[in-house]
Amino acid sequence: MQTNQLILLFSGALLVLGLIAFFMGRAKAAKVRASGASMYAQPDQYAWYAALATAGPAVAVGAIGAFALLLMGAEIPTPYLLAASLVVAAGGLMVAMTQVRPDFHARKAIERTIRFVLAGAAMISIFTTFGILISIISEAIRFFQMQSFWDFITGTTWNPGASFLAAAGRAEEGASAAEFGSVPLFAGTFMITLIAMLVAIPIGLMSAIYMSEYAPTKVRTIAKPVLEVLAGIPTVVYGFFAAITVAPLVVSLAGMVGLEASFSNALAPGIVMGIMIIPFISSLSDDVINAVPDSMRQGSLALGMTRAETIKDVVVPAALPGIISASLLAMSRAMGETMIVVMAAGMRPNLTANPLEDMTTVTVRIVAALTGDQEFASAETLSAFALGLVLFVVTLTLNMVSVIMIRRFREKYRSNNL
Amino acid sequence: MRQSFDDISAQLKGRHRKSARLKWMSMGALGLAGLFLVFFFTDMLIKGLPAFQQAQIQVQVDYSERAQQLPLAAVEEDVRPLVSRGYLRLIPGRMEDNPDLLGTSRMEWVLADGQVDQYLKGHHTNLNSKEQSVVDQLASEGRAELKFDTNFFTSGDSKMPELAGIASAAMGTVMTLLVTLAVAFPIGVMTAVYLEEFAPDNRFTQIIEININNLAAIPSILFGLLGLAIFINFFGVPRSSPLVGGLTLALMTLPVIIIATRTALRSVPDTIRHAAFGVGCSRWQVVRDHVLPVSMPGIMTGSIIGLAQAMGETAPLIIVGMVAFIPDVSATITDAATVLPAQIFTWAGEPDRAFTEKTAGGILVLLTILIALNATAVVLRKKFERRW
Repeated sequence: MQTNQLILLFSGALLVLGLIAFFMGRAKAAKVRASGASMYAQPDQYAWYAALATAGPAVAVGAIGAFALLLMGAEIPTPYLLAASLVVAAGGLMVAMTQVRPDFHARKAIERTIRFVLAGAAMISIFTTFGILISIISEAIRFFQMQSFWDFITGTTWNPGASFLAAAGRAEEGASAAEFGSVPLFAGTFMITLIAMLVAIPIGLMSAIYMSEYAPTKVRTIAKPVLEVLAGIPTVVYGFFAAITVAPLVVSLAGMVGLEASFSNALAPGIVMGIMIIPFISSLSDDVINAVPDSMRQGSLALGMTRAETIKDVVVPAALPGIISASLLAMSRAMGETMIVVMAAGMRPNLTANPLEDMTTVTVRIVAALTGDQEFASAETLSAFALGLVLFVVTLTLNMVSVIMIRRFREKYRSNNL
Repeated sequence: MRQSFDDISAQLKGRHRKSARLKWMSMGALGLAGLFLVFFFTDMLIKGLPAFQQAQIQVQVDYSERAQQLPLAAVEEDVRPLVSRGYLRLIPGRMEDNPDLLGTSRMEWVLADGQVDQYLKGHHTNLNSKEQSVVDQLASEGRAELKFDTNFFTSGDSKMPELAGIASAAMGTVMTLLVTLAVAFPIGVMTAVYLEEFAPDNRFTQIIEININNLAAIPSILFGLLGLAIFINFFGVPRSSPLVGGLTLALMTLPVIIIATRTALRSVPDTIRHAAFGVGCSRWQVVRDHVLPVSMPGIMTGSIIGLAQAMGETAPLIIVGMVAFIPDVSATITDAATVLPAQIFTWAGEPDRAFTEKTAGGILVLLTILIALNATAVVLRKKFERRW
């Protein structure tokens, strides 16, 4: 609590200094102006400049100091750091006061500062990407120091077993050695993604064809937002729906035809995930189908082809890169989807091709590894980051390919869009 | 080889039939998606609506000295298993607050046990046949009823389904989203303003743009890994707190806000900028006094949609530990908290049938808020949308 009060005190002092700077700057500028000198900027702008020059460097010193404190563990106590930045603030105030003179361009100085701050804000998104990369890679490296990379990629048994005991220095007590073969997890992810795509691509694509080629404007304006609702439903809700409603339905349907299905079968989360990503495919495909120039449709119809033949043989092939790109994007979305599979798919790594059996996915294992009460440094916890790394690479590749394909498509049709 | 007209018209008929088939099939696909939505919402309503009602029974409550020591003694033995244990536990406290109660005895409507609730709603219960007959007896006398459950909205999580409510999760959601908004909104708008109004078109700007588009497509669970490794392990932000959850969600929401703001800024016609530059405004003055005010509705709409998205997000919050059991409602950003979707996730994992109902009830609340948020965004857009 002491630090909190200190920071509050510091903010208060800084605010007061800033206000002093503002009013002193304005008073001085007004005085200079009243004396008859023609100034580059308005008194208010000098005032803002003074306030910025006071608070800006102080905050920067405080932030950088705090960051250095964390990063290098340097032993600068917080009170000293805050005192130092207040000194900087006072210095800034003094400098700003000397700058209040007719030939100083206060507005341009403010402009420069603002541009700098805005660019800094834009850098945050870059930092985020780096943050994700660094956090995943550094922990993944620690994991691969414990476990072989080759076994991780090609192993067919995922059994973290007693790896947390090893981390606690009690390896002998564990019954079996931990194995981290990720193949069953990726097989499960692939199976569920495949089911999802089998549901989403036909329905999404057909809906897009209907909306862009057949539907009257009225139907379109209603159907589009209604489809978007599917993408807006939280995934945890879909997960509950898949586990409580769809999975028992699948089990009883399978029972009717004499098949045995597990209650955490792969089909239920797959189907529900497919429904969730329908709008991704339909809205993107709708866009690209609309972007196919009408001259192509007219040419085809003029040759006597029917509407369906025009769509099937002219429009869809022309829009194919866009449609594939939409499907890839949807696929990356399905692979990274977590809640549906956590709630409806199984926990048991299971290498099988039968969608009625339970199987687990990469994201399920990430959640399972990080929600237990284990030591952070245990191999199981770190394995989550290794899995996350693979997930990151796969989804990023899918996105990149998708973006490149859609850009090529756009360029192809921009020139002859008469 | 020549074909007869009959052949050709027969072929034509087939082609037209095929054409009609495609139309019906594509219509059917759209209908299927719509049908699913109807099925989904009906299913949720059927499962969730009963959660807003809770069984209460009218019993003789005896505020004796013995009840102060042993709360179970406050009610008669035959209805004892039917009264919520959580409710009985409160009796000594109430007697302390209100000493006049001591020694009195009166008929009161009290919260029934979750099993009674399930029995009255016609679901499977663990009540034995004797208890069931007592409940039947009470019900026929009008002393056992389903009443609107205010408890569901005013209390926090509990291990007893009849006492569990969404208030602590709702408060956690509010605190988390406040942090998200406070971080993501200014940074998002500033980034968009920089990219649209200030940035030169160079390599650096392009990298930022590509990067933002990639961020928007990264699976949300990876943001959870970032929150765990950077915010919790490196910066030492308290685990499970709305602060760490809000920061994590802010990074996720950032691309949504940036992209929406850029679209809004781009729709402002250049004539406005030219006019402002023409009277001598600097770039920042143009943006602050002219471009931003005009594009504000668009920015707000985008931010609300981004916020709604963040509100339904669960996976990254589970990773940063926001699935804690939180019985008390607290409005701080550094204490452990949970959010609505995480509460739904926790309840969905409870084996008790009564919790399934609570889960669906929580889902209905969440969906209602999300629909309200999105409707606000749509109304805002309709009302302030300007065509230039």
